[in-house]
Amino acid sequence: MTAGTAPSLTQSIAPVDAGAHVTAVGWLKDTAAFGLGDGGVLLARNGETHRVEAHPDAGVLAAACDGERFLTGGDDGRVAVTGADGSTRTLAETKGAWIDALAVSGGGAFAYGAGRRVTARDDKGREKVLEVPSTARGLAFAPKGYRLAVSHYNGATLWFPNVEARPEVLEWKGSHLDVTWSPDGRFVVTSMQENALHGWRLVPDKGHMRMSGYPSKTRSFSWSHDGKWLATSGAEAAIVWPFESKDGPMGKAPRECGVRPAKVSRVAFHPNAYVLAVGYEDGCILLIRLGDASELLVRHAVKDSGISAMAWDRAGRRLAFGCEDGQAGILTLP
Amino acid sequence: MTDKIPVTVLTGYLGAGKTTLLNRILTEPHGKKYAVIVNEFGEIGIDNELVVGADEEVFEMNNGCICCTVRGDLIRILDGLMKRKGKFDAIIVETTGLADPAPVAQTFFMDQDVADAARLDAVVTVADAKWLSDRLKDAPEAKNQIAFADVIVLNKIDLVTPEELDAVEARIRAINPYARLHRTQNCAVPLAEVLDRKAFDLDRIIELEPDFLEEGHHHHHDEEMQSVSVKVDGEVDPEKFMPWISNLTQVQGPNILRCKGIVAFPNEPRRFVFQGVHMILDGDVQGEWKPGEKRDSKVVFIGRDLDEKAIREGFLACAA
Repeated sequence: MTAGTAPSLTQSIAPVDAGAHVTAVGWLKDTAAFGLGDGGVLLARNGETHRVEAHPDAGVLAAACDGERFLTGGDDGRVAVTGADGSTRTLAETKGAWIDALAVSGGGAFAYGAGRRVTARDDKGREKVLEVPSTARGLAFAPKGYRLAVSHYNGATLWFPNVEARPEVLEWKGSHLDVTWSPDGRFVVTSMQENALHGWRLVPDKGHMRMSGYPSKTRSFSWSHDGKWLATSGAEAAIVWPFESKDGPMGKAPRECGVRPAKVSRVAFHPNAYVLAVGYEDGCILLIRLGDASELLVRHAVKDSGISAMAWDRAGRRLAFGCEDGQAGILTLP
Repeated sequence: MTDKIPVTVLTGYLGAGKTTLLNRILTEPHGKKYAVIVNEFGEIGIDNELVVGADEEVFEMNNGCICCTVRGDLIRILDGLMKRKGKFDAIIVETTGLADPAPVAQTFFMDQDVADAARLDAVVTVADAKWLSDRLKDAPEAKNQIAFADVIVLNKIDLVTPEELDAVEARIRAINPYARLHRTQNCAVPLAEVLDRKAFDLDRIIELEPDFLEEGHHHHHDEEMQSVSVKVDGEVDPEKFMPWISNLTQVQGPNILRCKGIVAFPNEPRRFVFQGVHMILDGDVQGEWKPGEKRDSKVVFIGRDLDEKAIREGFLACAA
């Protein structure tokens, strides 16, 4: 089935005019927060919007959300935190260095990267700094414990900020972009400059996993709620890798969902069902059920309105999305 | 294609006058807004422009080729700048005096996201009329910057005699006979000669260099860096030419800094136009030959230790 014939949910979208490139989306309970390229954070709830100047005269480059706080990193060198009540304040500040990597952990800790320096601040406000060999491109907290994965040129570094031990280095030649940690903590996966993913099995051994064949870079990952599948962008379909076995996806073919003549730019797994939201560079969004590959159309293709951000709310009833041209919207499942 | 943001790369050895030129670009009234990528903030104090610091992180691609390098920081910065699209009209990248321009240029060919969003406009090299000759002897970077240039701003001409100026220009021409050269004091060059040159645009190769297909200027070669231009009077056979050019750039890639060409294929009404940096080639058929125009084929290489005889014979053997 193609987008042209898929049953449609387009009537269930409440459009949001974000007004600038949407860099990231997060949910603060029932409020959707859109981080914008013009430095604003737009809060949307029950059809009403409220704009917060989180980074005046700057732009939001990265964002992370834990359900309570929407953290944004800007090209003004600041990390700001915005709440559902519209309050915003500066959490950290560097001298001019862009903040384009951010991670937040469930326990209230966060980390940000500015060039080679990675700063982690725990829930008690204790700050630790790690210098990595080249620019920290991606950050991800382990699902349990206070441990951070940092991706950079020639590999990734695993770091316990509050432990004196030397960080563990996972080597693999090449430039690693974003990093993600599997929900069970067994795998670390990075996307790479050369159109591939690389993964490391942390237990029982340090095996490598190489996942290639993408026509372009992967800039969006999403784990299924149970950690058995990893959905990725970068091809003319969402590429979904099986991780249920202890070896990860090695020797197994990935699923290809939502094949269309446009590249997938964002993916977002439903928080408690095998349903994947797939956003494309041409502005289209599909919902795909993994079990039978059935598709539902959420948004038609819109010229110059590529999907740049997507997030489900915690219950999985609503999907917020944002686009390059400042259009955005919230889908409420019927 | 047209809405890609143009990027001008500004190079030049330490002290040649890059910052003077940059400040002129930023302060002259032209109604445009620039995003400027620099290594050091310092002297640039223009408030309404977007100024970004770069670290010049050069990454080898994982294909095992030593000359296939890209600038990781540029990829990251351009990705970030695209989120602020509409805030500026063009981008200027100022490289350090010691930088090799090749990884910058290659970034625009080798990174798809960058290539989709931005286009390399031209490499502009500022040279110091008084000291360039010395730097060409002791600094390979200075020679690379001259070899790589589309536009050369030969600055500080007030500090040398007319004879010295002619001598330094001859040195530059021995390395790179094809760049536009402007003699300046305080980098006083019309900005239209520096910006929006479209020198890396295949469509513009012919327009920029009207005498590109003419031969006849005789050049003194630099002892190490050479330019080799070869002309076939007439058409070349694509079945011979394509394997030849691809093999040449694969094998000689590390030594070839720039190459360009306009080639006539039999039964093809359009020109085949190409250009490249090291091993990376970009080419396409486009722009019809004009009625009555002589369908000649010409290639130009600028590089180090090039085997001129082999290149000449190789291209002549492609004649249809």
